[in-house]
Amino acid sequence: MTSVQVVNVSLPALSEGWSAEKDFKAVGTLSAATQRNLEAVGPHFLAHARRKRHHRTFSEDERIQAQQNVKKTEDEEDDNISEDEDPMMLSRDAKDWKGQDHYAVLGITKYRWRATPEQIKRAHRKKVLRHHPDKKAALGDRDENDSFFKCIQKAHEVLSDPVKRRQFDSVDEAADVEPPTKKEAAKNFFKLWQRVFEAEGRFSKIQPVPKLGDDNSTFEEVDNFYNFWYNFDSWRTFEYLDEDVPDDGESRDQKRHTEKKNANARRKRKNEDTARLRKLVDDCAAQDERIKKFRKAARADKDKKRLEKEAEAKRLAEEKEKARLEEEQRKKDAEEAAKAEREKNKKAKEAAKNATKKNKRVVKGSVKDVNYFADGEASASQVDSVLTDVELIMSKIDAEELAGLAERLTAAGKDAAAVKNVYAEEAKRLVGAGKLKEGETKTF
Amino acid sequence: MSDETNGAPERFAIGISFGNTSSSIARINPEGKAEVIANEEGDRQIPSVLSYIDGEEYHGTQAKAQLVRNSQNTVAYFRDYLGKDFKSIDATPCHNSAHPQPQESTVAFSIVDTASETPSTVTVSEIATRHLRRLKQSASDYLGKEVNAAVITVPTDFTEAQREALTASAKAAGLEVLQLIHEPVAAALAYDARPEATVTDKLVVVADLGGTRSDAAVLACRGGMYSILATAHDYELGGASLDKIIIDHFAKEFIKKHKTDPRENARGLAKLKLEGEGARKTLSLGTNASLSIESLADGIDFGSTVNRTRYELLSNKIFAQFTGLIEQVIQKAGLDVLDIDEVIFAGGASHTPKIAQLARNIFSEKTQILAPSTFTGAINPSELAPRGAAIQASLIQEFDKEDIEQSIHPMVTATPHLKNAIGVEVTSAETVEFQPLLNAETALPARRVAQYNAPKAGGDVFIRVCEGVREIKVTKPEPKPKEEKPKTEGDEDDSDFDSDEEEEEIREIVWKTEKPIAELAVKGVKAGSKVELMIHVNADLGLQITAREVGGQNAVRGAVQAA
Repeated sequence: MTSVQVVNVSLPALSEGWSAEKDFKAVGTLSAATQRNLEAVGPHFLAHARRKRHHRTFSEDERIQAQQNVKKTEDEEDDNISEDEDPMMLSRDAKDWKGQDHYAVLGITKYRWRATPEQIKRAHRKKVLRHHPDKKAALGDRDENDSFFKCIQKAHEVLSDPVKRRQFDSVDEAADVEPPTKKEAAKNFFKLWQRVFEAEGRFSKIQPVPKLGDDNSTFEEVDNFYNFWYNFDSWRTFEYLDEDVPDDGESRDQKRHTEKKNANARRKRKNEDTARLRKLVDDCAAQDERIKKFRKAARADKDKKRLEKEAEAKRLAEEKEKARLEEEQRKKDAEEAAKAEREKNKKAKEAAKNATKKNKRVVKGSVKDVNYFADGEASASQVDSVLTDVELIMSKIDAEELAGLAERLTAAGKDAAAVKNVYAEEAKRLVGAGKLKEGETKTF
Repeated sequence: MSDETNGAPERFAIGISFGNTSSSIARINPEGKAEVIANEEGDRQIPSVLSYIDGEEYHGTQAKAQLVRNSQNTVAYFRDYLGKDFKSIDATPCHNSAHPQPQESTVAFSIVDTASETPSTVTVSEIATRHLRRLKQSASDYLGKEVNAAVITVPTDFTEAQREALTASAKAAGLEVLQLIHEPVAAALAYDARPEATVTDKLVVVADLGGTRSDAAVLACRGGMYSILATAHDYELGGASLDKIIIDHFAKEFIKKHKTDPRENARGLAKLKLEGEGARKTLSLGTNASLSIESLADGIDFGSTVNRTRYELLSNKIFAQFTGLIEQVIQKAGLDVLDIDEVIFAGGASHTPKIAQLARNIFSEKTQILAPSTFTGAINPSELAPRGAAIQASLIQEFDKEDIEQSIHPMVTATPHLKNAIGVEVTSAETVEFQPLLNAETALPARRVAQYNAPKAGGDVFIRVCEGVREIKVTKPEPKPKEEKPKTEGDEDDSDFDSDEEEEEIREIVWKTEKPIAELAVKGVKAGSKVELMIHVNADLGLQITAREVGGQNAVRGAVQAA
């Protein structure tokens, strides 16, 4: 970066008597510097900024910059394609283009489906520069065979057209990665299978494809991964392997037949591919320790839940039983209480009955005691009529009134007038209450 | 360095020069050269004017034409109002367009910018955003790719608030401001980035003669790095001052014929201004300019011509102001005109040939005057700033935001600069000569390498590294013996300008050894060989000196500790 100034003046010769250690003598110091702001502009400033920020000296910075520059050209070189050409490939016939590996022809086998259109373009250009027939002729190669150049052109034609490239990629077996055996997978499950799925993922319509993950992946991630692969949406087609459809207008039947055959073959291959992929995922899932782990965890979880549930059920049953017992006890108690009540009622009723009987006896006796209101011996008819009346009154009144009547009659004692009065009152009351018709009682 | 690996949308940067009068956009074309982009109308200098009619926005030349009919809804000369409050702005340039008004802490314009009748208040930031958005659109249309970043040039006296306001406006317009760079430095960079340019140490005066203001700056260019030594501004001087001469000239002519002053009527003045500016620009290229205006005043059409000589005669005073500004800035930097290696003329008014010619007379023979009329390889003065910005944009557009911020941080930019030159004292026979190797004002750390001839006979060579100062030696061309005017040492701004009374003096730079730093000897040099000397100055003023015979094995090394 520093250019050397050439100054056209002659330096003086060393004067006699000057000497210093190592021919160098410091004799002074610089004057103090002025602080100024540099304008942050221009390539030289950026170099200055770089040196200052990274604390580099001039020579260090130069070395690092030089290294970086070298690296850059290397990267470019790397990008460019320098794969060896297989002599077998060079002698290929372009007519058999379906059988050729287009990526190998362009020398980009390490990229394959990952190659960007830009890389393909560059690779093609490089190959053309080397294999162009004119170039060969200029080099004195009298060989008129330009078949490899045609191969290159064909490869470029296929790879530069997105549709054709997909068709070729679909059947590009060299890009497939063989699934690991159980033994291998046991040792290096994630790395080996990830490579397989990365290769298979190129057919996915949905990008990016989920990663296999590692031991620490969560259940969701793993679930998501397998769901993705079980529902894989592939653009893989097998048109590339189609038999050529005869294009002459003459044999239409032949053409249709071939087309039909091709369609069937494609369908069959597609189904096979789907089945293959399914098996692949099955295999992987079978070897996946994480699934076992999750299953175990799920089972433990389930067991735990079941136990909990059982405990819960038991608890519920117990509670129910307890409730039932309580209910029974309650019922029993209620029944007993009812029984006691009934008996009590019965007793009361009997007592009332007895009382009524007694009262009736009193009432009946009362008229007997007063000799049926007759002075002297009562006639049979009188006794009968009085008794009928008494019976009538008794039939019309209830037990309580009867008790009241009996009481009053007892109070009246053997006074005939008083007794009669009591009856008359009673009869009158009954008439008032509408229970007895006036004049129904003859005596009162 | 850092590539776009962070997945952020790819930056696509251009350079923008956002002027008070006009703006320009530039990019680096695939050949690696800076190129100013024309907008849809084909303008490379896009007037910084926005105009609104029925809610429709006009920009650039179209908007400028509206200054005549629709001046109230036309915003012009707004750049300098960015980030300033109303009290501190000079509203004179806006006399003929929408007037600025105070709005909270900033400046705003009241314009009808929608289809409705009522005027709305639009802040100057918003105007700047709209202007930048149009520039961005023009650039994107031209390049067929969305432009999303820019390096914008600003005057050296832009305050932090103004810078922030501009950055915010640009951001609102969808432009990431990678860096704001000073206009004079951008101009210098535009010249230094030419493929034929070499990295040399030089002192440069950048005269930026704009539309409404002029700025001058003295830059020290040391090893491709720039430091501003002094700046001077004249906020009244510019292309508009020259337009005024033309306008007055034609107005007088009109008055003579028709007895009315077209300048009294606002529309007449606007027309005269527009056409006068055109005539003035024509005079920068040709020797004659004609002007014709329909209905200038009282419905009278006016047509006339003016020639360059007449114009130059009338504008003498203004021209003197321009050159005065240049002399002023040199004086401010404490330098002499002899120290200046290059004068870069930038800005629209620099097209005027006479200004550069006058500058030519001020400076010595060896000073390069980079203006179209004095230097055939000159870059269009109007395009210097945008080109410089585009160059800087291309340099930093791949950097991370953080990288840029770190690089322009004062930690990096504030550097010690050498006070005096460092060089080698060459003694031959009786004369003692000082050959500067590192000039004064070189940013530290610095490293220089030089090759010197060995003595003819070969043998041992003696090198004496010294600090030197330059002095101005004034020689009177009298027959008497050369008389030296002794100067006070180290005081460089003591160069008197007022000594040119009677006779023409010969003024020249002489170097004088100030103090020796180190002495070293390279032994056994072959005859006719060369000796290479490398001096490395640390930021702390320590020196490492290495000397060796070119092609030789043994080097003499030594270090001088800082004081």
